[in-house]
Amino acid sequence: MSELTISDLHVEIAGKEILKGVNLTLKTGEIHAIMGPNGTGKSTLSESIMGNPAYKVTRGSVKLDGQELLGLPVDERARAGLFLAMQYPAEIPGVTNAEFIRGALNARRPEDDPISVRELLPELYEKMAFLDMKPEMAQRYLNHGFSGGEKKRNEILQMMMIKPKFAILDEIDSGLDIDALKVVSKGVNELRGPAFGTLMITHYQRLLDYVIPDKVHVMMGGRVVAEGGPDLAKRLEKEGYTKLRDELGLDIELTDEGV
Amino acid sequence: MEKDETLRSLDHEYEYGFKDDIDPIYTTGEGLSEEVVRQISAAKNEPDWMLDFRLKAYQTYLKLPLPTFGPDLTKIDFDHLNYFRRDAKKAVRDWSEVPDQIKETFEKLGVPQAERQYLAGSSAQYESEVVYEKIKEDLARQGVLFMLTDAAVQVVPDLVKKYFGKLVKPDDNKMAALNSAVWSGGTFIYVPKGVQAKVPIQSYFRINAGNSGQFERTLIIVDEGGSVNYVEGCTAPNYSADSLHAAVVEVNVLKDAYCRYTTIQNWSDNVYSLETKRAQALENATMEWVDGNLGSKVTMKYPSVYLNGPRARGTMLSIAFAGCDTKGRGIDSDTGARMVHNAPYTTSSIVSKSLCKDGGRVDYRGQVRFNPDSDGSLAHVECDTIIMDDQSASNTIPYNEVLNGNVSMEHEAKVSKISEEQLYYLMSRGISEAKATEMIVMGFLEPFTKELPMEYAVELNRLIKYQMVGSIG
Repeated sequence: MSELTISDLHVEIAGKEILKGVNLTLKTGEIHAIMGPNGTGKSTLSESIMGNPAYKVTRGSVKLDGQELLGLPVDERARAGLFLAMQYPAEIPGVTNAEFIRGALNARRPEDDPISVRELLPELYEKMAFLDMKPEMAQRYLNHGFSGGEKKRNEILQMMMIKPKFAILDEIDSGLDIDALKVVSKGVNELRGPAFGTLMITHYQRLLDYVIPDKVHVMMGGRVVAEGGPDLAKRLEKEGYTKLRDELGLDIELTDEGV
Repeated sequence: MEKDETLRSLDHEYEYGFKDDIDPIYTTGEGLSEEVVRQISAAKNEPDWMLDFRLKAYQTYLKLPLPTFGPDLTKIDFDHLNYFRRDAKKAVRDWSEVPDQIKETFEKLGVPQAERQYLAGSSAQYESEVVYEKIKEDLARQGVLFMLTDAAVQVVPDLVKKYFGKLVKPDDNKMAALNSAVWSGGTFIYVPKGVQAKVPIQSYFRINAGNSGQFERTLIIVDEGGSVNYVEGCTAPNYSADSLHAAVVEVNVLKDAYCRYTTIQNWSDNVYSLETKRAQALENATMEWVDGNLGSKVTMKYPSVYLNGPRARGTMLSIAFAGCDTKGRGIDSDTGARMVHNAPYTTSSIVSKSLCKDGGRVDYRGQVRFNPDSDGSLAHVECDTIIMDDQSASNTIPYNEVLNGNVSMEHEAKVSKISEEQLYYLMSRGISEAKATEMIVMGFLEPFTKELPMEYAVELNRLIKYQMVGSIG
């Protein structure tokens, strides 16, 4: 079993403190969901764990099985077992999806033992079929001209091929129609098991109907303010974030309040 | 594992930096004079008209100044160049007749097995002349003429006379004048009416002796409805003194004909590569330049297409890479293209991809001209540059002249560094920064590499990947 421990994480962007002390522990075999209103630091949390250089960690630690990840370059964090399904995956023209995935797998293998095409392709095509992706997607340029739904499926495809210890899914449900959402959920559920843990970031309960979380955390104002089981998500869906905030007596202005 | 070996052989010195000790059989020695021009012509047993052409061109050469734009050429020591030398007495037709030492050269160049098959039907320029030349049988059967330009002067003088020096006149520029005076070697191709020359015709040549100039003269005529795909690759050994490569290429694509001319140049870093390449496309004809320039000390090259007939098409797809030489001095690549619309409904496209690092300089210099008769014509220009570090530089210098109101012109230029966003994305999948950079660069160049014959694409990929090593941090 592996463990990802986030303690007292403080993060700034352009001098402004966004995360104000986040504590969270994930174990493999568990599925966690982070919910929260817009502008509350959910994406900041996922990008800081991955090591996006645009985010500045000012305090705290992120440990994977006791190893401090903060200070490690992004690629080393990834090889240590982290995966981030991004909200806005980059487009890389000229590099095919298959080539890229092969590169990612080879990065985890000894240099003199790269994965053979014969080994790679059957698994790749099998997983693509599982995610309802057309085979030609393997030969298209990475995310280049992909629709929103195609990009999200492609993130899940990479996750399934790489098989990380921990995957953070940053709003994997945004912009998806119900069919695509089902497919993406199917992918996450397929990996669900003792060797895999995930942190799903979402605004909505909807995703959690398809991927039932073990734990739900609610973030507001750069902190985790409430924790519970799947029921907490259902309650939020019904009552909204404002009610929870008022109940907790928090002095936080929600970005979309009054809109 | 063959790949690893190739990579290992790519030492930090210029990878093909070796020189064979073949004594030239005949040379005019250092320096240039009217007498040398006469000697060259006599050595080739040329008709008077060609001697006259050379002598007039020599006078023009003396009068013309060096280009007043672009890189510094004042360091070229014209007095100590070797303008003509001959190593083997005659062009040989069979592989078994090729001198072992020259075969060894190809061995060292790592010409892949697949390409050796091609070699059976192509010419390889060694020093100033081709020593190995064999027309692939099916080409010959199709009536395609494929030979040294020197030979063509003897074999098909009327055809040569009709086209030689017509697109690139000696007074076009100083290097064209020099080439016209001392030219030697180069490829002549004639594709008869309606003939589709299927096999890409390839030619290899390289500079071997220090201070020896190369002045190939290539002339291609694709007759009405014919088509040809010509591929050439150059590589040169490293040598201490500066070398000059001043080729002239003239391509005539007649009505309804098609020509693609692909070049990969990887001169060693002491070579001045100053070339004049020009094509004309007549009615409904297509001319495509595919041109890759890596290495050399200075490159100046602006292939052009004169769109002289209605609905003619011209394209230029190029990559330029400028790094630094073995002493860490940045190399200077000044390349581009020219499209001249002289007839209605003509179209042109220029796609230029440039890359610089380690103090290298890549400039795009291009011209699109719509003359008064170019009603309904279109031009598209796209210049993309990646600057890998702060020591390197790039400029885009487009000249557009529009003398007709009923035309359409698009121009896009983009200069950028390696995108942080792309790098982060690739690295988030565990790919190292170096490998991620390489992937982004290879992807950037892909529109070019995908147009190359397989062996060339593989070789180019290896070279670029090697060049990327150490560009990080």
